[in-house]
Amino acid sequence: MTNTPTVSLKNVTKIFNPGQPNEVTALKNINLDIWPHEFVSLVGPSGCGKSTLLRLIADLTQPTEGTVQVNGKSAYRARIEQDYGIVFQSPTLYEWRTVAKNVELPLELMKYGRAERRERARKMLQLVELEGFENHHPWQLSGGMQQRVSIARALAFDPALLLMDEPFGALDEMTRERMNLELQNIWDRTGATIVFVTHSIPEAVFLSNRVVMLSPRPGCIAEIVDIDLPMPRAWEVREDPHYFELVNHLRDTLREIEGGMRE
Amino acid sequence: MSRTVWREYMPAIVVAVAALVLWEAAVRGFQIERFLLPAPSAIVTNFIENFERLVHIGWFTTKEALGGFFIGCSLGILAAFITARWVAVNEAILPFAIAANSVPILAFAPIVNNWFGVDNPLSKMIIVAVIVFFPVMINTIRGLTLVDKNALELMHSYAASEVEILWKLRTPNALPYIFNAFKIAAALSMIGAVVSEYFGGNRSALGVFITQEAALFRFENAWSAIIIACIVGITFYLIIVAVERAVIPWYFEQRKAERH
Amino acid sequence: MTTARRAGTSSSERPSSRLPKPVRQALAFILIIVIIVILWEGLKWFAGDPWRPDNNPFGISHKPMWKLKIASDLNLPHVWTIIEAFGKPSRRNGPPLFEILLAASFFTFREAFMGFLIGGVLGFVLGTIFAHIRFAERGCMPYVVASQTVPILAIAPMVIIWLKAGWVSVAVISAYLTFFPVTINTLRGLKSPPRSAVDLMHSYAASKWAIMWKLRFPSALPYIFVALKISATASVVGAIIGELPSGIRDGLGGAILNFNQYYISGPQRLWATIIASAFVGIFFFVLIALLEKIVLSGRYPETELM
Ligand SMILES: Nc1ncnc2c1ncn2[C@@H]1O[C@H](COP(=O)(O)OP(=O)(O)O)[C@@H](O)[C@H]1O
Ligand SMILES: [Mg+2]
Repeated sequence: MTNTPTVSLKNVTKIFNPGQPNEVTALKNINLDIWPHEFVSLVGPSGCGKSTLLRLIADLTQPTEGTVQVNGKSAYRARIEQDYGIVFQSPTLYEWRTVAKNVELPLELMKYGRAERRERARKMLQLVELEGFENHHPWQLSGGMQQRVSIARALAFDPALLLMDEPFGALDEMTRERMNLELQNIWDRTGATIVFVTHSIPEAVFLSNRVVMLSPRPGCIAEIVDIDLPMPRAWEVREDPHYFELVNHLRDTLREIEGGMRE
Repeated sequence: MSRTVWREYMPAIVVAVAALVLWEAAVRGFQIERFLLPAPSAIVTNFIENFERLVHIGWFTTKEALGGFFIGCSLGILAAFITARWVAVNEAILPFAIAANSVPILAFAPIVNNWFGVDNPLSKMIIVAVIVFFPVMINTIRGLTLVDKNALELMHSYAASEVEILWKLRTPNALPYIFNAFKIAAALSMIGAVVSEYFGGNRSALGVFITQEAALFRFENAWSAIIIACIVGITFYLIIVAVERAVIPWYFEQRKAERH
Repeated sequence: MTTARRAGTSSSERPSSRLPKPVRQALAFILIIVIIVILWEGLKWFAGDPWRPDNNPFGISHKPMWKLKIASDLNLPHVWTIIEAFGKPSRRNGPPLFEILLAASFFTFREAFMGFLIGGVLGFVLGTIFAHIRFAERGCMPYVVASQTVPILAIAPMVIIWLKAGWVSVAVISAYLTFFPVTINTLRGLKSPPRSAVDLMHSYAASKWAIMWKLRFPSALPYIFVALKISATASVVGAIIGELPSGIRDGLGGAILNFNQYYISGPQRLWATIIASAFVGIFFFVLIALLEKIVLSGRYPETELM
């Protein structure tokens, strides 16, 4: 079992609007395997194709060339069989539903019984430390709380794979740091595999087993860095010299890439 | 609490009182001919004297308006749900709405009268239905199609079927749009009913009454009838607002929260 | 296996067809018209009056199996009968109908244009006052909304007595329908800048006047154009309605009254007049839409439909 990667991308190329004047090669020849219970971050300059890569795994868009497999199946099958949960940058909660009902949404679609839906929503909200907010509506919550609801929603049906596209991008620094610790905690407790898009290198290093640096136009993998800091990581890791080394190394790579973009 | 209510409505009351006083004073002071502009007091007196008759004819036209409102709104929503899925239809909405808006529906009144008979309330209901159909359909389509891109993507990530997306996302998203359309339709339906009676109708109909009284220069009567039409229209509108608040509370709460 | 061949399921990137949007819209519009014509003639085929070789261009003889009153030749003339009507004189030895309708359209357009100007200026002034004076907004807005529940046709006779029958009273009646959307959208547009944008102006110690012309008005322009487009078509409807009780016989309203009287002898002429009215409305709309394009394009992000 462990020798099937959770996510496997082979020679994946994505071209938007092929053959038209506004053709964009978003990704070119991507090869990447992500293993069970790995935490992989995708970083890179904006527009380099991070979101596109995530959406390919989610089968929200399809590759122009190459194959995407999730749990040994096609990404399409994986989506139909609900192998993953996804979190977008904006919380994307339905304003007409209460917090609990928002978390229950995927469960309703998957035809879970009412009692089980309730129970799961309650548990998930506990997990993201929002118990007591079940009957609130989204607008009554702060941005950080809303994003936690959307994480609870993604986890509601115990997916083995969690896809996150800059989930903390819109949050303030302090909330963000707390959310990082919480996410690591969730990852540890659920045993899920997480693919995490971020534009913050320190965040990526703090959370991940591996950081994948993409370079733009066309998007390809510039470097994959193993983060060999011990898990679980406490807050103090951020003062560890090795942590600094890794962050600085990635920053240098990013600077090189951006320097290349300017020429 | 009552103080904030007072602050909310005081300006409207002050303006109304001031306007009525000025109007009354102008009519008396400048000795404006009665047939040019009757004084508010004259209209009110007339209104009270003729109250029973006005209620009778007002109710007749109100029934036409209600019938047309229900027919037009149902068909508009139905048409929107059927067509919203087709891109081609969505793209044609704009030119079609313009075309529909620029036809004075009133011009169909004689034709429809010919179809169902001048005296038949159904003729007027059809006109009202046609008038409210387009705003309702267009607003509903907009509500069904202008969904947040991320919300839609979320649904795709759940492999939700088109039907599930329609019920769990598009329809709730469309509700505020639909209620807006109902509000427009409420005001339009009473106007439409009165106006459709311009080309003839039952003797005890509001529009026929107004036309006749105006032709005979009995403008107090006409004004009283217009007031009845307005009261019905506004009541109708307020009922929709109340229903809206009951059905989509989230929409108001959210907007209230955003205003802070 | 997700292979390259499978078509996209997500709607976000459905390959957009290569035709520009206005062309697609026009084609879709024509498609709808064609469907309506087919339904129309289909109804007449199954439930209308008998088709005789001399009443259709195909020379068909056909006896519909059912009979519906609304599908009779009197109540629902054949499409080609209506089209032919444009070329035929409406009176013996008179000019062809399209000449009459063209003249009437110009006449009504002029009235509508005046009404549009009056209503537009009034609407803008009211919206601006409401946006700046809270008491005025609270005090008058309910009545502005209520004004639209007054059946305009009912007041038209009185307006005509006040202002005498003529294009001025028609324009005023038309303005009554057009000022409302402009008021609402001007108010909404002037209030649209976010708190922070207004605060920025305050940080420059900008005057109300400066805030109005440097921030509020530019933000309101797209809103105002949306309203002007609605008003353009509404002004045509208003002008036609205004003509009805005013005794003016040179416009489309007059034509509607006239052909209504002779409906039995030629229903197609009333239908032709309705089509002409629609064209005037569309023409006015397109005019304002072009103006909008010239004024706004490149300076504002593309907006949603309408
Ligand atoms: N639906 C689309 N149609 C056309 N181009 C797109 C689309 N989505 C993304 N792109 C292009 O693909 C490239 C990568 O985009 P994206 O994956 O969103 O980058 P990132 O998330 O790294 O900022 C960008 O150049 C973007 O303009
Ligand atoms: Mg992105």
